Amino acid sequence: MPGNLKIAYKLLANDRARFAALLLGITFAVFLMIAVTSMFSGTLKRASATVINLGGSIWVMDPSIQTVANTIPLPDYVLDEVRSIPGVKFAVPVYAGSALLKLRDGTYQSANIVGLDDASLFGRPMLISGHIEDIFAENAFIAVKDSEFYKLENPTIGTDFEINDHRGVIVGIAKVASSGLFGVPTLYTTYYRAVYYIPNMRFTISYILVEPKTPADVAAIKRQVAAAGYLALTRDEFITKISDFYKYQTGIGVNLMLMTVISFIIGLSISGQTFYTFILENVERFGALKAIGAKGRELVFMILFQAAFVSATGFGIGVGLCSMVIWLARVYLPDYAAIMTFPNLGLAFGMVVVIAAVSSYVGVRKVLTIEPFDIFRG
Amino acid sequence: MPRIAIQATGLTKWFGEGEARTYAVRDVSFDAYFGEMLYVVGPSGSGKTTMLSMISGILRPNAGKVMVEGTDIWSLSDNALAAFRLHKIGFVFQDYHLFPRLTTAENVAIPLILQNRDWDEAMDEAMHDLEVVGLKDKAPLPPVKLSGGEQQRVAIARAIVSRPDIMIFDEPTASLDGETGRTIVSFVRQHVLTDQRCIVMVTHDARIYEFADRIAKMEDGRLTGTEREKLDA
Ligand SMILES: Nc1ncnc2c1ncn2[C@@H]1O[C@H](COP(=O)(O)OP(=O)(O)OP(=O)(O)O)[C@@H](O)[C@H]1O
Ligand SMILES: [Mg+2]
Repeated sequence: MPGNLKIAYKLLANDRARFAALLLGITFAVFLMIAVTSMFSGTLKRASATVINLGGSIWVMDPSIQTVANTIPLPDYVLDEVRSIPGVKFAVPVYAGSALLKLRDGTYQSANIVGLDDASLFGRPMLISGHIEDIFAENAFIAVKDSEFYKLENPTIGTDFEINDHRGVIVGIAKVASSGLFGVPTLYTTYYRAVYYIPNMRFTISYILVEPKTPADVAAIKRQVAAAGYLALTRDEFITKISDFYKYQTGIGVNLMLMTVISFIIGLSISGQTFYTFILENVERFGALKAIGAKGRELVFMILFQAAFVSATGFGIGVGLCSMVIWLARVYLPDYAAIMTFPNLGLAFGMVVVIAAVSSYVGVRKVLTIEPFDIFRG
Repeated sequence: MPRIAIQATGLTKWFGEGEARTYAVRDVSFDAYFGEMLYVVGPSGSGKTTMLSMISGILRPNAGKVMVEGTDIWSLSDNALAAFRLHKIGFVFQDYHLFPRLTTAENVAIPLILQNRDWDEAMDEAMHDLEVVGLKDKAPLPPVKLSGGEQQRVAIARAIVSRPDIMIFDEPTASLDGETGRTIVSFVRQHVLTDQRCIVMVTHDARIYEFADRIAKMEDGRLTGTEREKLDA
């Protein structure tokens, strides 16, 4: 490391109180930004739980659908039409709806009901107890062991309940990749039983899950479905659509942005302010360096280095702290919904860069205008 | 014949413009030689610091010329001028301007570090010069732990560490008690002044006049004459 940067480092790091305040400001801002965006990402992921858990390369739906939870049933002939599109390997119906259960102890509990295609059971969950074939048994349902499982009174195989005057019985316990967002437990059954047990409108297919013959067929399938007046989205497109809905059609996105902006402003003001005070306090020192013969460029490097160093350190600590908190939260709440994504980290990093740039800009301006003569005169 | 270290001709500096223009230094010309200790004395506000700044490449004159070892320093670019100060001039400021967050040794090494010298090498040389000023054992301490006289010696060590040809002192004894001031200037006279070095020192302090080779007097921005002091053996 060049000597002048080492000096810059020592000027900064040996000023313990100021250094701590700077780190605190940046760490705090980074922590807040990442925490907020991670929680939001976690929440958004959960809003797409059904899509993630069922899989399916292409989802065919009514064009007005905004989020997976609010289904608009499709007429049966759409399924036939989709199946007849060249390039479709197979297409299956899936039922997604909700029902009110009457549990053993007489209480009511609403639940998501997912009805899997009877012929293929496409999208079936992984069972942790029971056998998947038992889903065809009389009144059979499979309970999902997610964070809402306890709301079904922690059922075991054989536990029964009432669903719209029908008996239901748990024949298996499943685990899925993602818990849902809406705080209700999920039951899987067959498509026909779901349609039969739950009162419905004229049409009953919630989505059609399509597997193309090759990835190259996706575009053509989407076009054909669109020609029929429906919408075909790849899984990722659907997840993005759902995310966008919560981001832009609900207050959540704006609030998130506000929180991020607030943490950014807090970080900027604490760090910018502290850094500026630090520069002001050291203005005579920088002036003395200038008088002794430091070039303006060297002083600028010193300040940039100080700003970069404190920002990078603060960013590291902030990210570390946030991972630790999320990790701790998961220890106590295994289904805690927060994920740090690279875009989130990138966003936080970008903001730290802005904080560092603004802070060093004011510092550099100050230092470049120092007249060594004023220092010399004392 | 002593060699000329600094040749100032017609140095003039004013501050403010129009009605508010005031002359700090007016048409000052003089020579300073290698091997001499030249004092600049005069009442407060007479332009001593301003003049010192112009001959050391810190403050650009409005008129006049400064030749140092044959170079017209005010014709240099900003960067060349910074390099000139770094390599040719040793500064001792009135209030030391030491860095409280650095150790005493690091403070002394600063000019070498700014010259992009290797860190360890710079620290070694700093230690050597701390030894010269008798403060080797204070090397790891921050300067605030040192007394005023010790801090001024650290500042002197920092000024000599780059082996400058010219040393500029602005009231080095102003913040010190009389005895300490005398000791320090006597030390400078004996150990810092050499035949290859020229020292220009501004002072108010009559108790140290005896160490000067010549004393230049300033009044109201003008040089009113120099007198030669006899240094007793
Ligand atoms: N930056 C400046 N702006 C305006 N006037 C200035 C400036 N610097 C110096 N002066 C004026 O120039 C004159 C000479 O100042 P200078 O500091 O050179 O005096 P000095 O002889 O060193 O005084 P002292 O013994 O008090 O240090 C003073 O009248 C001072 O007010
Ligand atoms: Mg002065």
